Amino acid sequence: MSNQAQLLPGTLDLLILKAVSLGPLHGYGVLLRIGQISDSALLIEQGALYPALFRLVRQGRLKASWGTSENNRRAKFYELTAAGRKGLQEEMEGWNRLAAAMASVLATRPEEI
Amino acid sequence: MSLLVSLRSFVSTLFQRSRISAELDEELRSHVQLRADDLERSGLSRSEAERRARVEFGGYERYKQESYEAVGGQFFETLHQDIRFGLRMLYKSPAFTAVAVITLALGISANAVVFSVLNGLILRPLNVPQSQRLFTIQHGQDPSPLQSYPDYLDLRDRNHSFDGVIAYAFSRVGLNTRGDASTAWLYEASGNYFDVLEIRPYLGRFFHASDEHGPNSSPYLVLSYAYWMSHFQGDRDLIGRRVEVNKHPFTVLGVAPPNFRGTELYFTPDFWVPLVNEEQVGGGNDLNARGVRGLSLVGRLKPGVSTSQADADLNSIAAYLAKSYPKDDEKMFFSLARPGLMGDFLGRPVRAFLSGMMLLAGLILLAACANLGNLSAARAADRSREIALRLALGSSRKRILRQLLTEAVLVSLIGGVAGLLGAVVLLRWLSVWQPISSFPANVPVNPDAKVYVVALLLALISGLLFGIVPVQQVLRTNPWQTVKAGPADMVGRRLKLRDLLLVLQIAVCAVLVTSSLVAVRGLLRSLHSNFGFAPQNAMLVETDVDMAGYSGEQVPIMQKRLIDTVGAIPGVTAAAASDMLPLGGQDFSNVAVFKDSETDLRPSNAVLNTYTQNISSGYFGAAGTSLLAGRTFTVHDDKHGPQVAVVNREFARRVFGSEAAAVGRFYKSMDGTRIQVVGVVENGRYRMLTEDPQPAAFLPILQSPSSSTWLIVRSNRDPQELTAAIERSLRSVDAGLPFSIRTWDKEMDSALFASRVATISLGVLGGLGAMLAMTGIFGMASYSVSKRMRELGIRIALGAQRKEVLHSALGRAWRLLVFGSAVGLLLGIAATRVLSSIVYQATPRDPLVLAGVVLAMLLLGLLATWIPAQRALGADPLMLLREE
Repeated sequence: MSNQAQLLPGTLDLLILKAVSLGPLHGYGVLLRIGQISDSALLIEQGALYPALFRLVRQGRLKASWGTSENNRRAKFYELTAAGRKGLQEEMEGWNRLAAAMASVLATRPEEI
Repeated sequence: MSLLVSLRSFVSTLFQRSRISAELDEELRSHVQLRADDLERSGLSRSEAERRARVEFGGYERYKQESYEAVGGQFFETLHQDIRFGLRMLYKSPAFTAVAVITLALGISANAVVFSVLNGLILRPLNVPQSQRLFTIQHGQDPSPLQSYPDYLDLRDRNHSFDGVIAYAFSRVGLNTRGDASTAWLYEASGNYFDVLEIRPYLGRFFHASDEHGPNSSPYLVLSYAYWMSHFQGDRDLIGRRVEVNKHPFTVLGVAPPNFRGTELYFTPDFWVPLVNEEQVGGGNDLNARGVRGLSLVGRLKPGVSTSQADADLNSIAAYLAKSYPKDDEKMFFSLARPGLMGDFLGRPVRAFLSGMMLLAGLILLAACANLGNLSAARAADRSREIALRLALGSSRKRILRQLLTEAVLVSLIGGVAGLLGAVVLLRWLSVWQPISSFPANVPVNPDAKVYVVALLLALISGLLFGIVPVQQVLRTNPWQTVKAGPADMVGRRLKLRDLLLVLQIAVCAVLVTSSLVAVRGLLRSLHSNFGFAPQNAMLVETDVDMAGYSGEQVPIMQKRLIDTVGAIPGVTAAAASDMLPLGGQDFSNVAVFKDSETDLRPSNAVLNTYTQNISSGYFGAAGTSLLAGRTFTVHDDKHGPQVAVVNREFARRVFGSEAAAVGRFYKSMDGTRIQVVGVVENGRYRMLTEDPQPAAFLPILQSPSSSTWLIVRSNRDPQELTAAIERSLRSVDAGLPFSIRTWDKEMDSALFASRVATISLGVLGGLGAMLAMTGIFGMASYSVSKRMRELGIRIALGAQRKEVLHSALGRAWRLLVFGSAVGLLLGIAATRVLSSIVYQATPRDPLVLAGVVLAMLLLGLLATWIPAQRALGADPLMLLREE
């Protein structure tokens, strides 16, 4: 638990988009994928995923369709739309800029000033 | 955009609500199952795996709700919830709800009524195709817009701006159908009347310009739908039948459509007859008299012609008329006005008055909003715990504000509907009301769609307006502080906005109280002022002997018989006849008066223009007008004697210098006749109560005959008895003569109509304003007292005097009251200048009025703060401390 990081507000959408960009997923799959690619470093409350998913669908960044999971359960699968792909690209760039800036600020040592 | 999206989303989700909900359930459950599958694989039992999966998932309902909201389109659903919640809250505080609803209902109904009247008289055009192209052509110099028939013909034939110009005049006739005579009111109308107005007959046909072949050539009659229904029960066989108008045979041509009420808004005729038959219908023959102006003219502007072009066109005709007929049409000019209210003659004061009333009604509503804003701010403060709790539980401020606004709008809509219902009842009654006894004036002011929309819109706006007041308060609520601290006692500077609202409201109220007091005082004065005649103990008989077919030489004989007959009734002390009644509202024309030495008798050389009345001998005694010098008429002042006149003091002063100098002197009339003044009487009021002293000349009816007859019967007998006696004796003279009898006091109603309406409406609005101010002060005072009970209790415990307690509890309310009243009084004084044109002698600089306003506001403040004061004084420190 202690090595898990709390999500910054607004980053959940980006994570979902990234996860889904690697291939269509159902909700639980999104969670697993995020856990897998982040090495379980990010803490997401499971239920919190769904409001975000529905919001992204309404914004037209994701589209959803019912299908069957690998263990034969009915599940709703999400995939990126063109708008979602574009949005992901933009948000990724924004995030990278912010992260780089933050990193450089935090790495500053007294003698560098 | 967002509204459109949510609307679309709403429409698509409305019917799918349960489907979406089911799908959500399925998806979330599928998540839990998938997770449980994984956990099961790691070695847990199925039931344990499912339990763990559910725990890991977190708050199922909460996420479901959030997801549901994320789907979008909940605007109306949230609204529905807010409304339900709002209704519950309102139900829980019935006192607040009742006060709010009643306040708004009063405000809205005042506005709806005033707006509806405004709509009926000003906004709603004549019910005629393309009425926006119709204009009244007024004659620029006279106080009335009326024109003469020869001028009308010139205007009609010489203009290049109008598709057609119609002329019409009101008249009253005796209509004899199956042997019974009754009085009816009609329009004498030019032949092109219906064609220019583009009205099609409901039944039969109309008369046309082609039916006119000189005087009395066109004995036709077109009935109004209402008269046809009420007097002939919609009898279709009536068309083509003969009826008698003033004993002359006329043929019923057709019936006008139901929605056509003629070309004046305040008067619907019973029927229309061609103007060329004026001699038979009106009694005189003025068709050739260029100087006799009695016609209203309305023209239909050609497409593409602007009003200023038409103005120029008309005034070039005016220039021609002035040059060709200098005697009658000197300095002639024309102007256009909106039709329906006798041009600007009635139009201007009516518009001014109604706009003023609308403004006042708006102020009332504003005051009501201020009041409710105060109340709801107080209520929001009381509800601060509830709001804080909701905030703490995760509700957004936006959501709470939305809910509060919904509540406010809900109240305002309920109030609005209630107010509208009240207004409709009142308007129904107003629509059939005939305010003037001698003339069937009536204005249909039934509300139409416009009125409903305006009323509901006003309700909505007021709801939003007073709903916004507590917004800041909510935005600033800190849930932790509020929940911890309990009801905060935040008294002090925080109430700034509310104070302002209250001052505004008190000021509005003071304006209304001031103007209604000014109006009432003016009305009282005009009731007791000297009219130059005494309406008390006098009966009037209104008739026109030509309605029974008397004309020429027969007229004076008949009139004498009538006077003698009623004069012989026991108890009658004096009886006389006149062709007109002062303040009767019929005569607006002036007669030019020239000095005896004047030879060039053109209007600009006249010394003055005078009001004229043709009277029988004995008139002054019967009317109660006192003679100042000289003599009154005798029966010998007839056609064989020299032309004589009795003038009033103003006339004598302006023509001859003084009343004593006037007797025996001569003046000249327009046609050059020398008239000798034989007597001078006191000044009176002739056309309007508010007029300055006007010159008046009285001529013997035997020298200037007129068939129009008012009998004035002075007696101390009971009016009802006397009416019956007069009726019997008149019938014995000629059973075919229609007439109406009433007391002179009743007849004065029409003269006092305008000031009465002004007084009543201002009184009602003033009462409303006072009530609102009172509830406003009461609300403010009792709220601040209840918030400070603990403090007051402690003060009392520490030995504060009653005066000090009252001062600290209510000083603020009183300061606001004094300030607001002062502002309102000043504004009111400014506003009542307008009133003085409607109400006789309305002046705000009347110590009684000023004292009245101050007293009224004082009383109001006392009443409003009485209960809070009692509470403040009764604050018991022990009880209060125990409560906390």
